[in-house]
Amino acid sequence: MPSTPTNLTTVEKKTIRTVILASSVGTLIEWYDFYIFGALASIISTKFFPSINPTAAYLSVLATFAAGFVVRPFGALVFGRLGDLVGRKYTFLLTLIIMGGSTFAIGLVPGYTTIGAAAPITVLILRLLQGLALGGEYGGAATYVAEHSPGHQRGYYTSWIQTTATLGLFLALGVILLTRNSLQLEAFNDWGWRIPFLISIFLIAISIYIRLRMNESPLFQKIKEEGTISKNPIKESFAHRANMKMVLLALFGATMGQGVVWYTGQFYALSFIEKTCNIEFVEARNIILIALVLATPLFIFFGWLSDRIGRKAIMMTGMMLAIITYRPIYKTMYHISDVAQKQEVAQSTTNPNNETTVILKSYADNTTYKETIKNISSPKPSVTKEVNLGTRSYWLMILLIFIQVVYVTMVYGPIAAFLVEIFPTRIRYSSMSLPYHIGNGIFGGLTPYIATRLTTHLDDPFAGLWWTIAIAGLCFIIGMIYMSNKIDENVAD
Amino acid sequence: MNTLKRYLGIIWMLLGPASIVYAIWNAALELSPNAKTPPTQETYTFWIIIIAIFVPIAIGISLMGYYAWHGDYDHLDEERGVPE
Repeated sequence: MPSTPTNLTTVEKKTIRTVILASSVGTLIEWYDFYIFGALASIISTKFFPSINPTAAYLSVLATFAAGFVVRPFGALVFGRLGDLVGRKYTFLLTLIIMGGSTFAIGLVPGYTTIGAAAPITVLILRLLQGLALGGEYGGAATYVAEHSPGHQRGYYTSWIQTTATLGLFLALGVILLTRNSLQLEAFNDWGWRIPFLISIFLIAISIYIRLRMNESPLFQKIKEEGTISKNPIKESFAHRANMKMVLLALFGATMGQGVVWYTGQFYALSFIEKTCNIEFVEARNIILIALVLATPLFIFFGWLSDRIGRKAIMMTGMMLAIITYRPIYKTMYHISDVAQKQEVAQSTTNPNNETTVILKSYADNTTYKETIKNISSPKPSVTKEVNLGTRSYWLMILLIFIQVVYVTMVYGPIAAFLVEIFPTRIRYSSMSLPYHIGNGIFGGLTPYIATRLTTHLDDPFAGLWWTIAIAGLCFIIGMIYMSNKIDENVAD
Repeated sequence: MNTLKRYLGIIWMLLGPASIVYAIWNAALELSPNAKTPPTQETYTFWIIIIAIFVPIAIGISLMGYYAWHGDYDHLDEERGVPE
């Protein structure tokens, strides 16, 4: 298969399905490994980073916030280079082993009370390894699938890889909830939280088995046989003006905006409904999960559509809709959960003990509100507010999150095919990985943190959206003016 | 369109240094002993990370502006891709 095929035989169709399966399962598991750390961050911080030790607390901040995201572009450089030198197959096999090994090891690290400062340092190193591995994985998987795909269906086939980030989040939440429900809370907090990390080794073993049976990418194999492999992919990618201009365009005209739209729709939205709208913990996650389930097939749809009308057209439309509608959407989300706007029908106050007061209110639309005030005699009592929406408001909230996830599928579904097509085979892995991980790891990954900080500093619940709107707006202008909507069907260059 | 691409290149070239100055200015305000809210360890961490990460990115957008001003993006359609 020296160049990308145009019409697939039955055997080739079977091959491409196996290629997608092998790539997607591995990438999904890597996302799973990446997310369980975040989802269990609060427990991890108590086990490894005692707050009484300022140095350990500092390491905690670095480990949980910065390391996982910031290190991703470095992983892109390290493994991208390797992928262009030794091949796609073995490189993304290596990232899988590193990710699985570090995740499994996190589950084995003794706590701070047992080994002291060695615990947070070890966890930080393992988290850095996770970020590095993820930085190398995606570019390899996307390149591998794209280089097996026929030119006229590249958007469709690579869009399967694009679903893995969302499915990895499902898997992480599912395994954590299953473990949590199978154990007593005490046992889960004591040792049960290690189970999601430890079972990663089985998932990785399955994925390694599948990937080992795969062949090298046909396009990479071809340039290897011809002896035209790049001798220095990093230099060729980033020191040669003709390629560097495309790296910069990919970052500022596509991945930067795509990253902020993605993280706003899937992660900042959860933070907003939980912290600003006070939606109860489980209900907030249910809302996000239902919206994600409903919208995930659209990754495939927009990937398929991008083969017909172009990648740029869909990504820019998604970005534009996000820029225009984010503020009205978030204002509506805030409004439907604002109990001050609702007609109260009943109220009760109880005092379970001398230090706690619980106020329960219900409203005409079946919304309920619970306010728990603890330590009422202290100068600063702690107040927890929980809102459970009435049926109509609940489904309206799901619709508003669903709309945001649709934007995510529009900007993210076609991006793998877009990135693969703008770089040549000999330096494709290095060149596409860096803009992808700066766009998603830095601009996207920092979105919840920066947006929450803006909201707090400006004392405006919607101020955080200006980060997303500004970055997506700049990206939209650059993308519209500089990027081409033409599909490069032949990527065997 | 090519003229627009080139002139916008000047804006991207200026946007890089402008955003670096803006970030450093805000960091100085928040980390100053006279800041409205006294800086904490989290404030330092935030600004160190933001400046360390975004300065190279700001240099990148200036470089893109430089390429745009010199016409490197004028003929992308002809360089890559086939008509739909």
